[in-house]
Amino acid sequence: MMPSVRVVIWVVEGTWQGCLDAAGPSLPSGARVALLHVTPSDVTGAAEAASAGLLGRFPGRRASRPFQAVAHQAGAELLAAAAARLGRPDAELLEREGRVELEVIRAVAENVDLLVAARDGDHSRLGPHSLGPTTRFVVDHAPCAVLLVWPDEPPGIESIPPPPPAHLAPPPGHHSPPPPA
Amino acid sequence: MMVDRHPPGHRMGPARKLGGTVPGPIAETLAALLLVATLVSAVVRPWGLPEALIAVPAAGLLLVLGVLPLSQAGTEATSLGPTIGFLAAILVLANLCDRYGLFEAAGTWMASGSRGRPVTLLALVFAVASTVTAVLSLDATVVLLTPVVFATVARLRLRSKPHVYACTHLANSASLLLPVSNLTNLLAFSASGLSFARFGAVMALPWLAAIAVEWLVLRRFFSGELIGRAESIPPRRQPVPVFACVVVGLTLVGFFVTSLVHIAPAFAALGGAVTLGVPALASRRAALRDIGLALEVPFLAFVLALGIVVKAVSVHGLGSLVTHLVPAGTSLGSLLLIAAVAAVLANLINNLPAVLLLLPAASIAGPGAVLAVLIGVNTGPNLTYVGSLATLLWRRVLRQRGEELPVSEFMRLGALTVPPVLVAATVALWISLRAVG
Repeated sequence: MMPSVRVVIWVVEGTWQGCLDAAGPSLPSGARVALLHVTPSDVTGAAEAASAGLLGRFPGRRASRPFQAVAHQAGAELLAAAAARLGRPDAELLEREGRVELEVIRAVAENVDLLVAARDGDHSRLGPHSLGPTTRFVVDHAPCAVLLVWPDEPPGIESIPPPPPAHLAPPPGHHSPPPPA
Repeated sequence: MMVDRHPPGHRMGPARKLGGTVPGPIAETLAALLLVATLVSAVVRPWGLPEALIAVPAAGLLLVLGVLPLSQAGTEATSLGPTIGFLAAILVLANLCDRYGLFEAAGTWMASGSRGRPVTLLALVFAVASTVTAVLSLDATVVLLTPVVFATVARLRLRSKPHVYACTHLANSASLLLPVSNLTNLLAFSASGLSFARFGAVMALPWLAAIAVEWLVLRRFFSGELIGRAESIPPRRQPVPVFACVVVGLTLVGFFVTSLVHIAPAFAALGGAVTLGVPALASRRAALRDIGLALEVPFLAFVLALGIVVKAVSVHGLGSLVTHLVPAGTSLGSLLLIAAVAAVLANLINNLPAVLLLLPAASIAGPGAVLAVLIGVNTGPNLTYVGSLATLLWRRVLRQRGEELPVSEFMRLGALTVPPVLVAATVALWISLRAVG
């Protein structure tokens, strides 16, 4: 008997619903599914650095690391909601913390056949930079197949810009000819 | 009357004959080293020790060795005293607002008002963070509001980075409006000779300009993170703390009224803190110990000691050097230069000593120059928050706790916001000075 396919679905705030809805029907039958969420360490770090800017004020609050506790709780709740939305209560839930792109690669480094991720970045401007830097890194370095899904409506093929008409592409150093009458 | 129109020392110039028993160059080096030690220990806080632990002995050492004569330390302390009292009242007021649930209510309001849209939520965070910073000081935004914003965004299952950065950036750049918005403003307020109302009137336009530039840059910088939509906002009934809102509003009115009848506005802050504090104590919302902790006595001692250490650095040469850097006049060019010098100094050392060093020279040049210094020292820290030296050390502390300061992103955002905010706010100040006078 073939060993079942192992799939990791990477859920991120903002795109998680769309990601699960798009990925659900594409999952291989009998696949073992794990849901992954990474709490970024840099957001909490930036917030804590701002309180260092206050020098000594409010020492008691600073020591309690309120941000990380909140972040972990929210991450766990997000994973539970994701498993419910996918209709896979048996899914393994992986909550990690650190540099997001590195933690995702680490989570799929061994015995994972497929990583499902939502396209992030600004979808209103399609082009080389429409994939955010985190997803770009994951796509480049993932040691497994990656299924990249639209978290929202996929664009139509009319989003492809028309090629410039040959007669409008002037040779370098020349002005464009006047439009035909 | 607490307004001290003539900060001590600014008429004396560099004090070559002041020296006690310590030769000039040694005194200069010692004062500078102690300043660095004071700042570093306040940021790193080895073994969790209070920030005053190095600062107060450092100030004491400088006095014992005669590096700073007692008489000068006395005048510095007298001029800092009322400012420190004002700061204490504001710290307690903000802390009590938290105990009445003001910030939690703001979080609930932002969540429901956003309708789950991240950009709308960011706009609401801008409005709340700018208001809280202006009225209750940047401390309230960093310590009390930012965690609430973080939790609110997490509850909506949206990405928190743009909203957290909005809070940390606005804590600095939206702290231009009122003397109470930032400790640097309080220090400058007593030196500027401006009334509370006039300060607010002149700084309103620079404040709005700084917020507008932050919005434009952050909205674009984080366009990839401001995506998705919260499907349903988890209902959370959070009663609006009407009493706390009314007291804060009346305190704000009190700041203006007291300044019109020439009473120190610190009394309005004290009035607000007492009005909130007494019922809080009676209803056991806060214990006396909580209010004692909210006073931040070690920090107040730290500010006083820092003032004395900076004074010692200032009279031994650095002060006259800084005086040369502050141009006279209120032409747009001079104001821009002053703001830039202040921003650089705030990033090199830290904004508190930067403002203490620059104030004597700036107050000779007039209120316009003092306000330009504030634009520099308040908006500049978005590059390094605590000054470059301390930031380096702070990164190590964060890393030990499993967190990291995203230096490249953080500096990139700082480099994109600080120069345009500085220029926009200074141009606005220049217009404001001509319009308001």
